Amino acid sequence: MDALLQHLVNGLVLGGTYALLGIGLTLIFGLMNLVNFAHGEFYTLGAYATFAALTLGGLNFFAAIAAAIVVGAAAGALCERVLLRPLRDESIDTTMLVMIGLWIALQNGELLAWGGVAKSIPHPFPTAPLTLGPVGIAPLRLFVVAAALALIVAAWLLIQRTRLGCAMRATFQDRETAALMGVKIGRIHTATFAFGSALAAAAGALLGPIFLAYPSMGDLASLKAFSVVILGGLGNLAGATLGGLVLGIAEELGAGYVSSGYRDAVGFVIIILVLLLRPSGLFARTERIG
Amino acid sequence: MLNRWWSTLLFVLVIGALMAPAGFAQAPIKVGVIQPLSGAVAASGNYVRMGAEIARDWINARGGVGGRKIELVIEDNKSDPKEAASAAEKLIVRDKVPAIMGAWGSSMTLAAMPKLEEYGVPMVVETSSAASITKRGNPWIFRISPPSEMEALGLEQYVDKLGVKRADFLAVNTDWGRGAVGAFGDMLKKKGATVGTAEFMDQAATDMNAQITKIKGGNGDTLFLTTAVEQITLVLKQSQEQRLTRKIITTGGSSSPTQLIKQAGAAAEGTYHIVFFMPWFPEAMPDGKLAKAFVDEWAKRGHPFEGLTEGFRGHDGVATIAEAVKIAGKDEAKAIQEALWKVSFTGVNGPIKFEKDGPAGKESGQSKPSIFVVQIKDGRVALPDFLTKK
Repeated sequence: MDALLQHLVNGLVLGGTYALLGIGLTLIFGLMNLVNFAHGEFYTLGAYATFAALTLGGLNFFAAIAAAIVVGAAAGALCERVLLRPLRDESIDTTMLVMIGLWIALQNGELLAWGGVAKSIPHPFPTAPLTLGPVGIAPLRLFVVAAALALIVAAWLLIQRTRLGCAMRATFQDRETAALMGVKIGRIHTATFAFGSALAAAAGALLGPIFLAYPSMGDLASLKAFSVVILGGLGNLAGATLGGLVLGIAEELGAGYVSSGYRDAVGFVIIILVLLLRPSGLFARTERIG
Repeated sequence: MLNRWWSTLLFVLVIGALMAPAGFAQAPIKVGVIQPLSGAVAASGNYVRMGAEIARDWINARGGVGGRKIELVIEDNKSDPKEAASAAEKLIVRDKVPAIMGAWGSSMTLAAMPKLEEYGVPMVVETSSAASITKRGNPWIFRISPPSEMEALGLEQYVDKLGVKRADFLAVNTDWGRGAVGAFGDMLKKKGATVGTAEFMDQAATDMNAQITKIKGGNGDTLFLTTAVEQITLVLKQSQEQRLTRKIITTGGSSSPTQLIKQAGAAAEGTYHIVFFMPWFPEAMPDGKLAKAFVDEWAKRGHPFEGLTEGFRGHDGVATIAEAVKIAGKDEAKAIQEALWKVSFTGVNGPIKFEKDGPAGKESGQSKPSIFVVQIKDGRVALPDFLTKK
């Protein structure tokens, strides 16, 4: 019973981080109709930016995370202007290939810049766990989950409650009409991609100190982010959040009670079931076709 | 499009011609190297490469082998078994190397092995620990790293002193990790210790809390940990977060204790590590002078100290191939394979000499490397108490 509680807490914490990874991707995927294979690289960028801000820039931990988010947004904006804007009317396959290229280029660039040795990102939290009865959780992880939830809520508010969010939704529903209403389409595309990338960088900045920063760290993050998006449904922020939690808990319980060797398989079995039974996501509302 | 392609090709050919050696009489001896230079275990692979380069430069500075220089042709297997097989094929078919050193991970080595047999080119295995590598009846395999069984036997004499009564395992889910769990489990059972749970983690996994929670639920006193240094760091940190109180012993020699001290800090305190090179006290190695020279050369090149426990493998692998070429008197694959059986010299790890292993008639070569145990004490690498207090 004690172990079960600990597994559930572990799963929630892990799921919170998956949710953070998923929401950035689901925004870009769902709103821009762009399969962003480079999403994990913005995650890596966030981790390395935090590391650089801490060790080279001498910033404190929280300022370094903020700096990493800014770097992620800037890199996302740049990438949209240079790579995606010229391809706006191309098919989804073309942009997907470009993003795969960007993924490979960024990952090897990171290898070149930082070397293959993993970097440990220092953090100011004590390592001793906070215990509540039989359950323990590291203070850093608690902070990460709280920050992730805050970011998820902020993202939701931005999209649902601000003029920018309204313009984003309008643009991706019907570009021509939105343009006729005076929305600056180019800017909205840039802003959306920058926003999604900033969320990925935030995930990297928050998770980097828990794990390690290394050039290929984004691969696993991308994989999990895509899983979360599939679970939650395209463009569905609440779905991505719940999808992340479901995936985290499923993996944790799978590893704890089935076999740790099949940990990732448990997650993928759930994804296959979702694709078979509810192809538009676990949390999709009634389907609308056309 | 086609035009541009042709002009690029022409450009490459011209550059190639300009860079080609002046005469064929002094053509270098090519040695293929397959290592993970990118991907999950890139750090380790790059250290092995650096060690290989030191061996090459030392041999060439002494005038090469039979007056010919050694040239390394280095391929990246991207920490991926599929890439290891294609790297082997590329080295053999396109670069025409007569011998290869590789391919770090057991799964990568196993994936490359059929290519060696297909084309008849020997490979010196410098790191991989899975028993199956020398048991498959591939006569082109010569291993200088210890298989997990040998490592387990090396630890056997210390089991009582370490106080291992009930052991759990946490290992990377590869041929290496699964092999180590079997080998150390058998050895411990023979010594009368109880073997508890065996947990596995994906090579790229970063969150091991589920496995640690499960291990914590048991009543073991020791945790055997088999994976590369990146994942060891994460397991140590997460074990500390969960207050897992176990004696931790890492196997496989890829733990780089110096890097653990840097990155896991207090979480690494008290842990034991099986290593095949002790750069902290080179004078305690079988050939102290050579070990010291290697450590000094490594520092002179500005390579990070923590890479030495991997780097020596590259040196010993290339030195083994060079020795075989010297004995063979020519750089032909078949001749090098035969000469490898006659190799007998002392590398950084210790004496290297191959004995037959695997099914009769198709044996692979297996050397008997030296095995050491060190402990992290007060933020430094030291010999364990039971070794210093005689």
